[in-house]
Amino acid sequence: MSDAAHPKPGHDHPDAHAGAHGTMGSYMIGFGLSVILTAIPFWLVMTGFFANPQTTAIIIMAFAVVQIVVHMIYFLHMNTRSEGGWSMMALMFTLVLVVITLSGSMWVMYHLNHNMMPTMSHDMSQMP
Amino acid sequence: MASASPIDPAFLDKDGNPLFHLAHEPHHPEGSSTMLGFWMYLMSDCLIFACLFATYAVLGANYAAGPGPRDLFDLPLVAVNTAMLLFSSITYGFAMLAMEKNRVAATQGWLAITGLFGLAFLSIELYEFAHLIHEGATPQRSGFLSAFFTLVGTHGLHVTFGIIWLVTLMVQVAKKGLIPANQRRLMCLSMFWHFLDVIWIGVFTFVYLMGMLR
Repeated sequence: MSDAAHPKPGHDHPDAHAGAHGTMGSYMIGFGLSVILTAIPFWLVMTGFFANPQTTAIIIMAFAVVQIVVHMIYFLHMNTRSEGGWSMMALMFTLVLVVITLSGSMWVMYHLNHNMMPTMSHDMSQMP
Repeated sequence: MASASPIDPAFLDKDGNPLFHLAHEPHHPEGSSTMLGFWMYLMSDCLIFACLFATYAVLGANYAAGPGPRDLFDLPLVAVNTAMLLFSSITYGFAMLAMEKNRVAATQGWLAITGLFGLAFLSIELYEFAHLIHEGATPQRSGFLSAFFTLVGTHGLHVTFGIIWLVTLMVQVAKKGLIPANQRRLMCLSMFWHFLDVIWIGVFTFVYLMGMLR
């Protein structure tokens, strides 16, 4: 087209890195949060703070989810506007697939173990 | 009909018939879609890791009367490893900030530090693997160990290639400076590097910490 040589402002990608990065402040906030969100789960497990492992497991999983979100925002600079929303769209689609893959595999294989191997599933150490 | 058409002439061919595609591709500045494309790659890589995590979730308790996570994992070592990767993430961030200010030496310096942290991470991981194999906990030993080595090893392989890429880009920046193409490449590696840190959060939580709770 006639304007091919001089792309219209607002049509082309705004200057490859305007606003694509964080600032020193945002990186340090992200780093500080990550250190805290990493240290607490390690501390909980290493000291055995909660007597019930189930409680600890749920709490450290929650910490992991929060830390992943922190990394996404402060290090990967995810937001709903970048690339016209398509990065967020791709991320959402991927998350749906990840949830289906993980929960589906665990659900199917749990029932397979449960129903198909009633005598073997629990105590392999009794096998010859 | 075509002659009286209100259609934009750009959508008509030379005989005045309507076109159902653009006669010429609209021009996009070079590299304008690179970031989105690279993000798509990362998302597909995310699916690879999802499959490996699912494999570990399914096989992770099949010890075949062999050693389990409690016998094998050394949490302080994993904590040091996690710290290495986290430090490398923030130093890469500093490299990107230096790049924005167009300071070549500072960028190169922070990239080098990032690479060293990455190497430290890899060395600790290889030491851990060597230690496990020395104790007879090889990938062939049980379903748990096969899944463990595949998942953690794939992450380590990504870090290895990340370091190779980082060195390549340092050479590129040394030769050509912070030209737009190099800035774009550094931004792609930035996404890759931070993405690996995100995957590691899943690994240390799901594999190491949850393993010690079993």
